[in-house]
Amino acid sequence: MSAVSKASDAAAALRVEGLTTSLKIDGVWRDAVRDVSFALAPGETLALVGESGCGKSLTAMTVMGLLPKGVGRLSAGRIVIDGVETSTLAERDFGKVRGDSIGMIFQEPMTSLNPVLPVGFQIAEPLMQHRGLSRRQAMERARELMELVRIPAAAERLKSYPHQFSGGMRQRVMIALAIACSPKVLIADEPTTALDVTVQAQVLDLLGVLQRERGLGVLLITHNLGVVATNAQRVMVMYGGDVVESADVGDFFAKPLHPYSRALLAAMPRVDRPTSDLAPIPGQVPTLAELPDGCRFQSRCPLREEACAVRPPLTPVEGGRRHVRCVVLARELAGDLPREGTA
Amino acid sequence: MIVYIAKRLLFAAPTLLAVLTLVFVLVRIVPGDPALVVLGDQATPQALAELRARMGLDLPIWKQYVVFMGQALTGDFGRSLVSNRPVMTDVLAVLPYTLELTIASLAIGAIFGIPLGVWAARGRDRTPDWIARIVSLVGLSFPAFVSGVLMLIVFAVELKWFPVISKGVALDDPVERLRSLALPALNLGLIMVAYLTRVTRSGMLKALSEDYVRTARAKGMPTQTVIWRHGFRNVLIPIVTVIGLYLSVLIGNSVLTEIVFNRPGLGKLIVGALEKRDYTMLQGLMVVYAFLIVVVNLLTDLAYGLVDPRVKST
Repeated sequence: MSAVSKASDAAAALRVEGLTTSLKIDGVWRDAVRDVSFALAPGETLALVGESGCGKSLTAMTVMGLLPKGVGRLSAGRIVIDGVETSTLAERDFGKVRGDSIGMIFQEPMTSLNPVLPVGFQIAEPLMQHRGLSRRQAMERARELMELVRIPAAAERLKSYPHQFSGGMRQRVMIALAIACSPKVLIADEPTTALDVTVQAQVLDLLGVLQRERGLGVLLITHNLGVVATNAQRVMVMYGGDVVESADVGDFFAKPLHPYSRALLAAMPRVDRPTSDLAPIPGQVPTLAELPDGCRFQSRCPLREEACAVRPPLTPVEGGRRHVRCVVLARELAGDLPREGTA
Repeated sequence: MIVYIAKRLLFAAPTLLAVLTLVFVLVRIVPGDPALVVLGDQATPQALAELRARMGLDLPIWKQYVVFMGQALTGDFGRSLVSNRPVMTDVLAVLPYTLELTIASLAIGAIFGIPLGVWAARGRDRTPDWIARIVSLVGLSFPAFVSGVLMLIVFAVELKWFPVISKGVALDDPVERLRSLALPALNLGLIMVAYLTRVTRSGMLKALSEDYVRTARAKGMPTQTVIWRHGFRNVLIPIVTVIGLYLSVLIGNSVLTEIVFNRPGLGKLIVGALEKRDYTMLQGLMVVYAFLIVVVNLLTDLAYGLVDPRVKST
């Protein structure tokens, strides 16, 4: 197995090995995420990118242990959060890790907070649960956390309800409650997608500051490559449940390797190019039942050849600096058969 | 909150005035001469005219309206044409029976229906869900007079656990009063259990799939906390709606139950008044029913203010 990691095992805030998640669709269990491995160092941001349905959110939910029972399951692999292997824990014991050493913020700040509970209480809740704080202590800490995420007039707003906050402010509340117990890992699932552009920048900036101050490992899930370029150190591209490429952000944007990564970048609008040059990726993401057995991308890939019918391994290239899951590229980059990248 | 309560009270006042006006008009457009009803067709024209004058029916219509409204607002609906006691005296004598029946059946509905609904939602499509579905189907399918008679046969006639007829037992004895309340309350409560099971089940299913429940789980809250504090707290909103709506239905349904179990109450009173064409009594009862429903709606609105923080600020 190719562990895509810069962090040594001991230091990793989060380590995932061979994670495979299955979903039950029409009574049949199908692998929706296959063999994902990565390690996240403290203070590091790893971006997980890919279009809708590629399995990035599902990977996050699996790491959090939040798969809906009877619909999704972890069918293989190990998950180690801050030194604790959670993949073998019973739900009750997992609950002690969740919200304590790992926190998560979600895409929809409008619906992710409980409408009938005051925000201060929602932030205080994990502190009472995991840290055994009294209600008063926890509320006091909640006020500090609200100040930390720069919510104005925190003391007065402690007893306010979510509907009295704007989207950006609600996402700050979400951040406050996710980091309340000082977790080592924060999973941010499309944290700014639902927000205005200016608010997006503020929230990302806040996340960056908190990360630096607290040495937080952040798993940033997004389909916005601009966010990846400015906020992440490493990037993993997923397609159809497979990691197809992983690289440092600099390398990735300088020269994306996998045909899907290239297509993704070509489909992204850029300031220095006319928008008429945007190249949409032909075809659609196949549904889980329609996914081809070998390379998941073969039905839309310009480099497709016979060998693609067998699932390619995630191959280290460029001296192990990055990994790519493509037989054609692996052969080319290994220098065996130099040829033009067309099929 | 105080502003919210004051606003609700203010809105209730015009509703009551409109109801009173409607009752006034209804009673006046119903064909037939009340005086004739009271005295019978053998009465002399002189006696009829005398009675009309005494009842104020010879006055111009606007004056009748003013007099009626003035009396109604002070709780005076005249005397019953049958018993000749003040309408309000008769109504107030039986009102506690109807209220205790309604409240007891509501309590039964809440105590059994709500946990059953939560249980069903948690065990969706499994045994708990099927039990809940059967219970609510039974509760909704049996008309109150059928289930009432069945209960009487089983629990009162055969098993002799409860009195067959409530009237006549020593109702000033609290134990006896409770025993005579049990079956009628269970009978009406069954309907409430059915409604509350359904609304709680569907509300819980919706709430448990909401993003905020996922957030609560992501915080590592224990399952019971997630279900009750995060899920159920939100289901209180539809529960209050249904209780408010069906409390009015319960008050109406109590007519059937009171007759089947021969209990004193508003329902018995209104049926008696209908049979004997007791106009003044009917008029008074209509206003009392309307008043009860306005009060129920007011309480429902106030309960919203308690369970949904979004209500107060809008």
